[in-house]
This record gives sequence, structure tokens and C-alpha cells, in this order.
Amino acid sequence: MALLEVSDLHVSFPTPDGVVQAVRGLSFAAEAGKTLGIVGESGSGKSVATQTIMGLTRGARVSGQAMFEDKDLLAMDQKALRSVRGDEVGMIFQDPLSSLHPYYRVGWQIVEMIRNNHKDISKAKAKARAVELLGLVGIPQPDRRVDDFPHQFSGGMRQRAMIAMAMSLNPKLLIADEPTTALDVTVQAQVLQVMRRLQEEFGTAIILITHDLGVVAEVADDVVVMYAGSAMEKADRYEIFGASHHPYTEGLLQSLPAYGGVRERLHPIPGQPPSLINLPGGCPFHPRCPYVMDRCRIEEPPLFEVGGNPTHTSACWLTLDLVERTALRDKVVGGQLPSPSRP
Amino acid sequence: MVRFLIRRVALGVFVMFVVTIVVFLIFFVGPGRADVARTLAGRQATPATVALVSHRLLLDRPLTVQYWHFLDGLLHGNLGYSYYHGQPVTTILKQAFPVTLSLALGAAAIWLVVGVLSGVLSAVRSRSIWDRIVTVLALFFYSMPSFVLGLLLLYIFYYQFALHGIHIFPGAGYTYLTADPLKWFEGLVLPWITLALVSAAAYTRLTRGSMLDVMNEDYVRTARSKGLSENRVIYRHALRSALTPVISQFGIDLGVLAGGAVITETVFGMPGLGFTAVHAIQSQDLPVIIGVVIVASAAVVVANILVDTFYAVLDPRVRLH
Ligand SMILES: Nc1ncnc2c1ncn2[C@@H]1O[C@H](COP(=O)(O)OP(=O)(O)OP(=O)(O)O)[C@@H](O)[C@H]1O
Ligand code: SF4
Ligand SMILES: [Mg+2]
Repeated sequence: MALLEVSDLHVSFPTPDGVVQAVRGLSFAAEAGKTLGIVGESGSGKSVATQTIMGLTRGARVSGQAMFEDKDLLAMDQKALRSVRGDEVGMIFQDPLSSLHPYYRVGWQIVEMIRNNHKDISKAKAKARAVELLGLVGIPQPDRRVDDFPHQFSGGMRQRAMIAMAMSLNPKLLIADEPTTALDVTVQAQVLQVMRRLQEEFGTAIILITHDLGVVAEVADDVVVMYAGSAMEKADRYEIFGASHHPYTEGLLQSLPAYGGVRERLHPIPGQPPSLINLPGGCPFHPRCPYVMDRCRIEEPPLFEVGGNPTHTSACWLTLDLVERTALRDKVVGGQLPSPSRP
Repeated sequence: MVRFLIRRVALGVFVMFVVTIVVFLIFFVGPGRADVARTLAGRQATPATVALVSHRLLLDRPLTVQYWHFLDGLLHGNLGYSYYHGQPVTTILKQAFPVTLSLALGAAAIWLVVGVLSGVLSAVRSRSIWDRIVTVLALFFYSMPSFVLGLLLLYIFYYQFALHGIHIFPGAGYTYLTADPLKWFEGLVLPWITLALVSAAAYTRLTRGSMLDVMNEDYVRTARSKGLSENRVIYRHALRSALTPVISQFGIDLGVLAGGAVITETVFGMPGLGFTAVHAIQSQDLPVIIGVVIVASAAVVVANILVDTFYAVLDPRVRLH
């Protein structure tokens, strides 16, 4: 059984303009020792979905289930949730600049995290651990920088401090929301390396949220592609990169710079994501889809198994036979994508 | 931090220097030299006496010499003598100052504690019945002039209590802390409330708004994600930041505190600086007026330094730059 199993998650925000349907019937699972990548354009509901599971979304209507081990996180009261937060689930938030408290020293904030969950650890020991963690995520001179305030850190250093804090208690699950966006390529590789080490050592399950498919290609075992609050396609990494089915996934792949290695021009997906207050009827992607059919405008497709593979599903009315799907792709977009193959 | 303090104290000294110049210009130069000498010499004085007084007061010397003399006296704690009681002004101020200090410190404490805590309650339970009760009470006190509140409190807790044979709160006067601590406290309760509640109401609204903003900050979400208790999230993480605008507003409102003290002392007949000043103004007792102005300015300057220091302790970004 998966460590975390989310099923049919709905999150909506009542606002003066109408109800924002941020997450609509999302299901996914995170397994111990594995990394789940969640990708999707800005506003597709990645952050809202993962924060809601941990009870950190304010003013939202929520339904669904989130089984963590044998407990439903969505049915827990705040007190019970508190014992899961930090200790069992570590969270790295998207915006490193504002996610640390500006008035407290970085080390103090990490020590608070450690001692809040393990009262028996002495202050000195917790601080030593904070220094060790900061060193681990590549902060130079961690024994001195541990006493800095967040504003004395660069953006990338703050992000690494957040990562150090989230990993300080060796959680069973690490939810990392865009953990590498503010980092340059070498540091990014270093940070992903640190997360992988944690995973290997403690069998941590990682949920990695990103809109960088390059990062996904590097570390994710399984991938969920999100659009307008729901999953468009779910598959393991090889299927996503080698044998994707959904036109939205295809669009994301085409906008990836080095995909296929030879193309120079990028192909961003034309059009804008839909308003989450007035979703288009039928398939939410239909206004931007090059394959759109009559049926797509009327009926919303559920997730179908692709090519008879139970671990690869796609919410699209196109033929589920991968060979036919590839032939169609060649006809419509002119064979810009390599044919499906396992790397 | 030390550099910050040195800078703040130097600024305070400079402000006091400016205050002495202004006071000097208004009271010694403003009305004209002859007027001051004539006033001081008395109604029936001969021109010779006036000239003598003029000479004694250095009024026939250049302004800079006069000012230096004034400052010299000030620095040696010599503020002259009251026209009416003939007492040294410093003696009068020494008696009045503790009264006002007791009133102001106690009221400021109640003002901040009541204002901030009710604001936090109102924000954390936003839109609940508590929020509404606090909001209505805050509006009630906010719109009430402090002398009305003072008289109302006197009517209920002094007059009506006395009619029923209860004598807890005195109707007027002041007992020194050193003389009888309990009486000191009893005498101050109503003035404290009078001076504090009117301003506290504004701080309830200020704290509420500030808390509501901060509760939406990313770092408060981070605090929750660490598994901290709700109290720790509210008081250690959110309130810590929400206090910053409250404290800086308090620094600005110290003058309001001084003004409110004058009214409160008058309503409750407390012989503090404000009460002394009102009487001195009515009787044109110039040296006493000057003394009160200078002591009150110095007190506000010192209080301002304390508030700023507290502000710097709260916000490291202020401290380090
Ligand atoms: N408190 C809220 N009230 C109303 N709408 C909200 C609220 N929080 C989020 N939303 C909306 O929910 C949608 C999903 O937001 P979310 O932050 O999950 O996107 P995301 O996939 O994480 O995007 P990004 O890649 O930019 O981080 C957005 O349209 C956002 O405007
Ligand atoms: S269902 Fe239709 S519109 Fe939607 S992605 Fe598939 S082909 Fe495109
Ligand atoms: Mg996000």
C-alpha cells in the first residue's frame, strides 16, 4: 500500500467573483522510497492540492480522502494533524523569500522545528544538527551562517535553509513545492542530490512539484500531469517522456528546450489556462487542443488506461492505442516528437 | 545595537536642545524684554526697579549670553522660582512628576495590553461573536472623549458606590506610592482606565488589522507546517510581526498620552504635571510653565528612545542597518 493515497480530492474557494474550483477530483499516490512528480502550468492547482492535504489551506471547501498510512488526513482535527506535520511530513514551500520568519535567526527556526517535535533534544544538540543540515544543503560556513537572519541569506540560500528545515526530522514524506526554482543549475543538482540521499537513507517518499519537466526527467519515478485542477495524465517517467498520450503532456514536452536535442525553436502551448470560476464544458483543455473533436466540447473525459497499461492513464477521448495515437500525432503536429520508445 | 542606541540618544539630545531654544525664544524673547522685566518687577515697580530686574535677568545683554545663562541654569537643575508660591520650580516639579509618571506608565501598560490582546482575539476569531463584541466596545470607547469617560467612572464608582456605603475609589487626589502602596493603587485605577481605554480602542483595531495581514503570510504557514501549537503560531510567529506597526504607532502617540494625562489629572484632581501646568497657565506663573514644558518634552523624548529601542529589538532588520 502506498504511504499517501489521495483520492477524489476537491478544493474550491468561495470568492466574491464566484467559486474558484482549484482542485477537481484529483487522485494520486506517493510511495515510500519513491518520488512522485506533479507538473503543470501555473495555476493548475499543484500547491493548493498538496497544502490542503496537510490542512494548510484557509477558507476552502474540501472533500475527498487522503490516507496517510492508516489515517485520513482530511478527516483529522488540527491537533492530530499537528503531530503529523513536521515530524512525519516535511514541507518545502514555493516562495523561499517569504517562507522564513524575517525576525528569527535561520538556525533558531530550524532548532524550533527539531525541539518542538523532540522535546528531549537539548538546545545545543539541536543547534549542532541545524549546522550539520545547513552544511548538507550546501550553505558555506554553516557554523557562522546559522546565526544569520533570513534577510542576510540570498534567495537560493533561503530555499536551501527551508529544505534543511523540512528534512531535519527525517520525515516519511517530503512535499517539495518548486524546491529548485530559485537556484542555479549546479546548486539545483546539489539540492536534488541531497533529497535523493535522504530518500535512499530513510526510504522517504517525495512529492516534487515543478513546472520544469527537466527536473522531473531527472528524479521522478512517477508523474502526474495536472491541468485546471485535475490530472490529465498519470504514468511512470519512461511512459511520460517516451510514450505520452495526452495532448497537454505533448504540449508540455514540446515546450521543453532540449527535448530531442536538435530542435532550436520552443513551442509553447498556445492560449491561456481557463478561468477556474467558469470552466469550459467538456474537456478543460479543449480550447487549446490541436486535436479537439465535437465530443470534447460536451463530455469531460475520465482517466482511461492507455495501451492496456493499468499504471498509465490519460483523460482524453483520443484513441487509446499508442500506435494509432502516434500516427495521428504525426499527421496533426508533423512528427515533431520522437516516436514512443523506452529509453 | 550599540551604534543604534548612540545614534538615538544623540538625536534625543539634539531634540532637547531645540526644545530649549524654542522655549527660550517664546518665553523670554517673544513678549519683548521690557514686558518680561515689568511683569517680574510687579505692578507698582518704579522704572529703576524694572531696569534693575532687567539687568539681573541679563535682559540688557545679547541674546546668546541670555540663552547661555538660561541653559546653564537648566543644566544645574535651576529653573527659577514660582511667582506665587515662591517655591523653587524644581521642587514643584519633583512633587508633580511622580504623579504623572504613575498615571502615564500604568495607563500605557493597560492601553497596550488591552488593545493588543483584544485585537489578537478579534483577528484570530475573525467574524465570530467575540470579534463583534470587541468591535462594538472598541467603537464605543473610541468615540468617547476621555473627560466624559472620567466623569462617568467617577459618577458610578465614586458617587454611586459612596451612596451605597462603598468607599473603594477616592473621588480626587493622589497618594504617593512610598506613602501607601494600596491607596496609591486605588487612587489610580479610575484615572488609568480613563486614560487607557480611549486609546486602547484604536489599538484594538490596529492590532486586528495587522494580525489579519500577518496571518496570511507565508512564514505563518511555514510555522504551522512545522507542527507548532496554534498558540505558538499566533503569539511567537504572527504577533511578533504584527506588533511592529503597533509599536511604531505607540511612539507617535506618546504625545497623545501626555495630552490625555493633562485632561485626566484635571478631572480627577491629581496634582501631576498637567494639573500644575493648567494652574500655572491660569495664573501666568511663567517659570513653572517653562519647567513643565521642559520636563514633559524630556519625558516624551526619553519614552521615544525606549519605544524605538523596543522596536529595534523586535525587528532585526532595523537593528542591523
Ligand atoms: N485562497 C484562495 N482564494 C481563491 N483562489 C485561490 C486561493 N488560493 C489559490 N487559489 C487559486 O487556485 C488556483 C490554483 O493555485 P495553485 O497555487 O495551486 O497553483 P499552482 O499549480 O501551484 O501554480 P504555480 O505553478 O504558479 O505555483 C489558482 O488559480 C489560484 O488563483
Ligand atoms: S479530450 Fe479532446 S480536447 Fe481534450 S485533450 Fe483529448 S482531444 Fe484534446
Ligand atoms: Mg504553486
